Amino acid sequence: MFVAAIALGLLAGASGLLLGFAAVRFKVEGDPIVEKIDALLPQTQCGQCGFAGCRPYAEAIAAGEADINQCPPGGENGVVALAELLGRDPKPLNPENGTEKPKMLAVIDEQNCIGCTLCIQACPVDAILGAAKHMHTVIAKECTGCELCLPPCPVDCIQMQPVTPSISTWKWTYPVAEVKTQSAAAEAAV
Amino acid sequence: MQLFPFHGGLKTVRHKTESNQQAIRCAALPQQLHVPLRQHVGAIAKPLVQPGDPVLKGQIIGQPDGYVSAAIHAPTSGIVTAVDKRPVPHPSGMTDWCVSIEVDGQERWIERRPVDYQHLHPSDLRNAVRSAGVVGLGGAVFPSAVKMNLSGHCERLEHLIINGAECEPWMTCDDRLMRERASGIVAGIHILAHLLVPREVLIGIEDDKPEAIAAMVAACAGTGYEVCPVPTRYPSGGVKQLTKLLTNKEAPVDGRSTDIGVQCFNVATAYTIHRAIDYGEPVISRIVTITGHVKQPNNLEVLLGASFAELIAECGGYQDGVQRLIMGGPLMGFALHDDQVPVTKATNCILAAGPEELTPEQPVMPCIRCGACMDVCPADLLPQQLYWHARAKEFDKAQAYHLFSCIECGCCSYVCPSRIPLVQYYRYAKNEIWAQEKEKQRAELARQRHQARLERLEREKQEREAKLRQKAPARAEASVEKSAPTASVTNANATPLTAESPTETVVRNA
Repeated sequence: MFVAAIALGLLAGASGLLLGFAAVRFKVEGDPIVEKIDALLPQTQCGQCGFAGCRPYAEAIAAGEADINQCPPGGENGVVALAELLGRDPKPLNPENGTEKPKMLAVIDEQNCIGCTLCIQACPVDAILGAAKHMHTVIAKECTGCELCLPPCPVDCIQMQPVTPSISTWKWTYPVAEVKTQSAAAEAAV
Repeated sequence: MQLFPFHGGLKTVRHKTESNQQAIRCAALPQQLHVPLRQHVGAIAKPLVQPGDPVLKGQIIGQPDGYVSAAIHAPTSGIVTAVDKRPVPHPSGMTDWCVSIEVDGQERWIERRPVDYQHLHPSDLRNAVRSAGVVGLGGAVFPSAVKMNLSGHCERLEHLIINGAECEPWMTCDDRLMRERASGIVAGIHILAHLLVPREVLIGIEDDKPEAIAAMVAACAGTGYEVCPVPTRYPSGGVKQLTKLLTNKEAPVDGRSTDIGVQCFNVATAYTIHRAIDYGEPVISRIVTITGHVKQPNNLEVLLGASFAELIAECGGYQDGVQRLIMGGPLMGFALHDDQVPVTKATNCILAAGPEELTPEQPVMPCIRCGACMDVCPADLLPQQLYWHARAKEFDKAQAYHLFSCIECGCCSYVCPSRIPLVQYYRYAKNEIWAQEKEKQRAELARQRHQARLERLEREKQEREAKLRQKAPARAEASVEKSAPTASVTNANATPLTAESPTETVVRNA
């Protein structure tokens, strides 16, 4: 009885030490699921989901505080990817957060820009270049199309323009020839 | 010599005799040229001319932008009329940047400087090839100067392969070039061999071109270069297939041919390297096969930028019943939307296809899993699996079946009894994967920039606070000093250093 108690006590102590060591030695910094969710988000940093950027939204999803259908730039494909990652059922985008739109690019009408720097402060990815009382311009390569620069502009000189397809972005399309189904074949035979 | 057949391939109808009976003819000088600035793989060339500028024949008008890019030259002398977007030969039918030149008909050359390559540093020789705008003229148009740099891939080249297979039906431009200008090709091979120092030089030519083989054998006499007739089997002209055929070597899936000590150049590329180095003439023209449903099929030497329609007129015009105009061969080429597009460095063949040349449009039937596509696949892939996954948009699974090893030769579509446009599915899947990859890179960039911005804002906030804290005690100190001016004055008189002591304490407190 006494021996058994000591043996169990020792065993418990050793396991505790081992677990304690493992907890320190193999500690995971941050929540890996947040990283995985963040990697699936489009990084537009637009805030349409109601959070201050993609990472806060990823953290909210991981904590169960936000749903997976609040990201319009990610679109239906993004919802499906998140659903697959989290083992949930995909659902349509929440219309309260906005609708899926083709990719856009902010363009500053440089004739009308007064150089107020308000858009520079609003841009979440520092994609607007300029200085006080000097003309501003958007670095097209780095613009995510988040539209956050539109409201602060006092002279409404920023416009969202769709990304024009060019020969270098052109893609072969999905083959349109439909596979002939049996019913269609039967109709053709008639 | 021993040959090592590759897996699969096709015996196709040849249709070579239509166009390979007459000598290469120079096309008439056109009135107007539209020279595209993107005629190669890689970044588009930067225009160096403006409307109104006079240009001379061979003058550089487009500067290579980056390492993988190529220079563009004025094909003849004249006046630049525009630098704008115009239709170019591309499957999309879209426009791209072109330099339009009004031809003055005088053909005034720039000063041509032949290069003595024997006494040139290898990098200078590569630069000479690069500034002459030499790209692979077999149709892939990859900048040749990049391929001439082996550093980092292999110590020494084992085999330099010169590709004269010309396996696609209808095409005969390389055939005629080898028959008529074999010595020029061999002079080009001398330059390549001088730079790359290969252990052996192999020239692969399909055995349905006996005249070309004879001409090349005669030109190679005494040089040690080996002319290797290979069986006529499509796609023996594919780089990987020709390499396997001649050397029994296969490049790893994620590697390059240089990793196994092999580099391959087309015969026409070797010829243009010879013209560029030995004559100082940049690439301003190429030989184009115009064949199919035209009245007099022929090979023409054409200035880059000349319109397809004019070339077809020069070959007697269209015959009745042309259904489609194809650039490249019937298997790997693509249909054009219009014949008012300019010739580029990639234009090896213009095929006016009639009903006999095109497979009749039949409805697509379901895949019956017959496996015919697998038997002909020269890349040893499973086209059927690739098809299922590409069709279902399961791109990661398609990649697991080595989608990117597909050379889009079209053998599988050719034999498919259900007439499934297999290659179209593969192209679609490849493009989607590239687009997704690009999107991911953009997202990563945005993430980094957003992160950097947040860090900057945080840093600025802290700096502001630190400044405020620094100012607050200083102000408090100042008010104390005002209330007791006499004391501070006496202190200052005694030891000047003490004036600094209050700030020191402030710093320590902070």
